Amino acid sequence: MENIDKRNLEEKIFKIIMIVSILIVIISLIIIIGIVIVNGASSLNLEMFTQTAEGGLYLGKSGGILNAIIGSIILALPATLFAFLIGIGIALYLQRDFTHPHISSFIRLSLDILWGIPSILYGIFCVIIMMYLGIGESVLFGIIALTLLELPLITRGMDEAMKVVPVGLKEGAYSLGSTKFETAVKVVRRQAMPGILAGVLLGLGRGIGDTASILFTSGFTDDIPTSIFDSTAALPSSIYFLYNSPIESVRQKAYAAAFILLIIVLLISIVSRALSKKSVKYVIK
Amino acid sequence: METMSNIQIETKKLNVCYGKHCIIRDVNIKIPAKKLTAIIGPSGCGKTTLLKSFNRLLEIRDDVRISGEILVDGINILNPKLNVPDIRKKMGLLSQKPYPLPMSIYDNVAYGLKIHNHVKPEKLEKTVKYCLKESGLWYEVKDRLHEPASGLSVGQQQRLCLARAIAIQPEVLLSDEPTSALDPIAAQQIEKLLVKLKKEYTVVLVTHTLRQAKRLADHVIYLYFGKVIEQGPADEIFNNPKNSKTKLYIDGDIS
Repeated sequence: MENIDKRNLEEKIFKIIMIVSILIVIISLIIIIGIVIVNGASSLNLEMFTQTAEGGLYLGKSGGILNAIIGSIILALPATLFAFLIGIGIALYLQRDFTHPHISSFIRLSLDILWGIPSILYGIFCVIIMMYLGIGESVLFGIIALTLLELPLITRGMDEAMKVVPVGLKEGAYSLGSTKFETAVKVVRRQAMPGILAGVLLGLGRGIGDTASILFTSGFTDDIPTSIFDSTAALPSSIYFLYNSPIESVRQKAYAAAFILLIIVLLISIVSRALSKKSVKYVIK
Repeated sequence: METMSNIQIETKKLNVCYGKHCIIRDVNIKIPAKKLTAIIGPSGCGKTTLLKSFNRLLEIRDDVRISGEILVDGINILNPKLNVPDIRKKMGLLSQKPYPLPMSIYDNVAYGLKIHNHVKPEKLEKTVKYCLKESGLWYEVKDRLHEPASGLSVGQQQRLCLARAIAIQPEVLLSDEPTSALDPIAAQQIEKLLVKLKKEYTVVLVTHTLRQAKRLADHVIYLYFGKVIEQGPADEIFNNPKNSKTKLYIDGDIS
């Protein structure tokens, strides 16, 4: 009897720990979103979406943040695409169909270290190259910095998704006379699709929200860039600059920008979930 | 029965080792064409390893070493110059747990045909239908051909794997305990199919149930700790084994 009581107590304590952990996460999320909405709502108007900033870096009260919205999109989307294209090659190569585990575990370790590097270092790395090439702050190097930043995350995400594809499934594909490439692209890719999408989404989330890596590489401007060699603002960097303003109404625009960033992330999340749901039906258990 | 004029698969001094651990040792066997050959033996004796060596599937594991010869239709398939997908194409595989491809039922069968350009696109549908009929699945799936194969029951999945295997017209069907994950009725369906298919294909069946081997096999290979103890026509092995170890296993004293 005593033993049963002890085990029931364990069960209860464990349940309380779980509920407390979940509450911490949910409450923080609600507070963050709440602060953003409460502070940002007053500045959130159509102007924010349709006009570029006016009146200078810390002082511009009028105008919207269209330049930063466009900037974020043209930086993060191409960067995610490039990181995906490079990453899928690496992730496939890491599977043991292609590479000896000794080599792939070394590459995985390297990627995990890259993953842990603070994003400012990616920015500085790109600045060194930019100085060497004589190219200034530009969309191009903003994209390169974000690509490098997202690459380890997306690659390892896709790698983990492909690693858990059952050997039996691969054997089935091989015994139908598939080449390694066909097995990887037609079978493993489909089976790993939900995980691949999750990896890409994580990468996009990191890229679109990162400030430090683009601060020095894409710079900051009130104008909408017209070429890849122009500098550009982005939502995270404009949050940074707007919030540093001494003027209250400018600081509120920072919250509005944060709100828009949240909405974009939410939209991306919804779209990728829908895609994932479609592919998950085909996954063999 | 005694004379085996048509040998489909023959191994000569076959050794398969993972690292220092050898699973198959000096195996010399002959598998007759268009018969059902059962490979029997206690768990862990190397049955599956032997089976998967026939279509070079073991190479997916990197630390495997294979020596000796495996002759399929008289050609040594271990020859490094050969194109591995062509070797594998000749042999369909049924595994313990069925793994349909992560695509629709129709595409599962069409997959092999497409990658090998086996049939013209206009004939594809007809061939898929034929294969599904051969595996006894057609009437169960004809209204949901384009739904994911993952939605089928395990027994249906195994028959789908059979359909996709025969679609590319292999010569051999390698089956690795294909009924072990199935319920008795689904298992019986697979057994019947194997018996039917042995008229056209050489069937190699790895099984750990002696009764199944007795029911189905024309030819039997008894493997014990990586070595062949005895091989020959099924009635001889079961009724009049020459080796005392075989007799012990048949009588259920070794398991």
